[in-house]
Amino acid sequence: MREFLEKAGNIDRRIIYLIIFLAVATTILVKARFKSSPLPEVQRSYKIINDLPSGSVVMFSIDYDASSMPELDPMLRAMLRHCFKKNLKVIMLGHWPLGLPLGQLALDDIAREYHKKYGTDYVFLGYRPGLQAVMLNLGKEIRSVFATDYKGTPLDSLPLMRNVHNYNDIAILVGLEAGSVGDAWVQFANARFNQKIILGSTAVITPDLYPYLQAGQIVGLIGGLRGASDYETLVEHPAMASLGMASQTVVHVLIILLILLGNIGYFATRRKK
Amino acid sequence: MSISLNPWVWIAAFLTLSMMSFLYKDNIFYKIGEHIYVGSSAAFMLIYLWYFDVKPKLIDGFINNTGFSRWILIIPAFLSLLMLMRFVRPVAWISRWAIAFTVGMGAGLGITGLLQGFLVPQIKATILPLYVSGHSTLMTIYLSLNNILLILGTLSAIVYFYFSKEHTGPVKKISQIGITFIMVAFGASFGYTVMARISLLIGRVYFLLHNWLGLV
Repeated sequence: MREFLEKAGNIDRRIIYLIIFLAVATTILVKARFKSSPLPEVQRSYKIINDLPSGSVVMFSIDYDASSMPELDPMLRAMLRHCFKKNLKVIMLGHWPLGLPLGQLALDDIAREYHKKYGTDYVFLGYRPGLQAVMLNLGKEIRSVFATDYKGTPLDSLPLMRNVHNYNDIAILVGLEAGSVGDAWVQFANARFNQKIILGSTAVITPDLYPYLQAGQIVGLIGGLRGASDYETLVEHPAMASLGMASQTVVHVLIILLILLGNIGYFATRRKK
Repeated sequence: MSISLNPWVWIAAFLTLSMMSFLYKDNIFYKIGEHIYVGSSAAFMLIYLWYFDVKPKLIDGFINNTGFSRWILIIPAFLSLLMLMRFVRPVAWISRWAIAFTVGMGAGLGITGLLQGFLVPQIKATILPLYVSGHSTLMTIYLSLNNILLILGTLSAIVYFYFSKEHTGPVKKISQIGITFIMVAFGASFGYTVMARISLLIGRVYFLLHNWLGLV
């Protein structure tokens, strides 16, 4: 028995990787789903968007790239679905150049799904460097930073943008964050211009954003794949995040078991010594 | 099962498997994937900066603007040239002027942003009543306890990082409470990090099974 425990505490890491991979793949293949009720902060985010009057402008900031796509792309798609279903207008920009095409792809896909027209229902502004300077100037006049959209079309020739000049014309700013840009949105757009912000984040940075929620500096927080899955549940369109959450549950149980096994093996070895 | 016929999906699947192969051990496929990622990212960044910044803001701005808004563009253009001097060894030191400008602007914006947008609101958020009346006794206890924990956690964690006095006696006791709160925060952070990393794996496995092999 002791020999088994010693071996169990010393499993080759590659076997652990394989077990985790198989657990994820199997759960996805059998399309397992576990029911969970959405977190209060996600429900709050949903309610805030849901209560916006039709025609309100929601600004999305794409502050992630491909390495955070599995968490933030389902979140973005669920939120875009909600916005278009509610006939809200969407403006998209971003501070991570490598991630902006991912945002644009999702925006075009969901807009097509809801038969929305570019320039009237949604606009893609693109990217400008100078994080804080961009955020501060958006509070004064969007045209001072983005004179044109990403295609080079002057903003005033886009019907949606004609009456949008600064944060006063934006009902909610949704920042999808994989780094520290969310902090900058809070520090510049909220603190200086009182812009209402909902942050969607990767699970890694979610604990760092809770103080903003507690202090009322952001009005909603959607954290990681769980948050994305909750939002998918709320918009009644379960997709990749909901499917992924079953794998999360299985793998978490597996990790707990492996930690226990590792510790038992460690103590068995120590006692022998 | 409907396997993808899109060559780009096949390339993405090959690169995904190449990167994952590192988990077994370092190998040529991983190296190929790594170099393609670094190279394409750098090229993409360069193109993005040209088309979203240099061309529309500097070049088109200089051609189309008139008066002050035209001539002011000479300053950033000049600073950019100074930055490029890093590649000319005898005059490389000139690039420090441009760096000094960037650092100065960043520090100025950062300090005001942190004070106005982080420090003051966060301090304000910890100034809470120790007794909160709820609609039931249980709710009163819950709300009050919540505020007490928040204040206790904040103060004791600050004491833990107070190094001007030796941590003995009551200071030691309070700092021990502080480290307990910090450990709980680290634990939550670690749990979330595990979740994030598994999410990335889920994303890639889903891509392989859904987009590439068409099994899901």
